[in-house]
Amino acid sequence: MPVKVIIPTPLRVYAGKRASAEFNAGTVGEALKHLTTEYADLRKHLFTEDGRLRSFVNVYVNDEDIRYLAKENTATKDGDTISIIPSIAGGCCPL
Amino acid sequence: MAGEKTLWISGQLAEKIRAHGAETYPHESCGALLGRDSEATDDNSAREVLALFPLVNRRDDSPRNRFSVTAEDVLDADRAAQKQGLEVIGWYHSHPDHPARPSQYDQDHAWPWYSYVIVSVQNGSPQEMTSWRLNDDRHAFSPEGIKIRHTATV
Ligand SMILES: [Zn+2]
Repeated sequence: MPVKVIIPTPLRVYAGKRASAEFNAGTVGEALKHLTTEYADLRKHLFTEDGRLRSFVNVYVNDEDIRYLAKENTATKDGDTISIIPSIAGGCCPL
Repeated sequence: MAGEKTLWISGQLAEKIRAHGAETYPHESCGALLGRDSEATDDNSAREVLALFPLVNRRDDSPRNRFSVTAEDVLDADRAAQKQGLEVIGWYHSHPDHPARPSQYDQDHAWPWYSYVIVSVQNGSPQEMTSWRLNDDRHAFSPEGIKIRHTATV
């Protein structure tokens, strides 16, 4: 069941300059795994070294934030679109 | 050898970023940089800020030394850019009473490609303004030169 993953502009350079990619995946986690296996250089910008999604990286299935669904276990169906949206954060010094 | 990257901006927009930092002092200001980036020309003038999209700092708990912009804000910035035929090419924020250098926290919450403009605001008055790009390996930022575009006046 192909799902489409939209690759955000800043990360396209790590994905052969593609704007999107399609994978057969039953969950969001599977789709992201396929994505970062095919484009290994993307991995560190989405996941921490221990394999968790970075806190500022938000993933949506169609228009829904997976945090409010089943996170990476969120089921996907044929034709779903997965978007990766950063939240922008920063600061000047340690708290 | 890859030369230092350059971010072009008009004097007026540069002034607006500085003024926003002064306005929110002692809290951090933040916003999106809308503009154009043409990868086709590897010329140094490839990236230019053409509009700003000021945002509200969502960090109520520690607004003096943190800023946070939700994914919804990022989508709003994207839509604002598209409406003007531009794209989000980076982000700006202020460092109240701290130098215009990226922090470890900035580095942990950044993506490459984006330009990160930082303006230092000392005692309420804007000082140095710098721009940075995160390296591919996420281990450091590289400085990006800010060049002021002097547009011809009519
Ligand atoms: Zn900062």
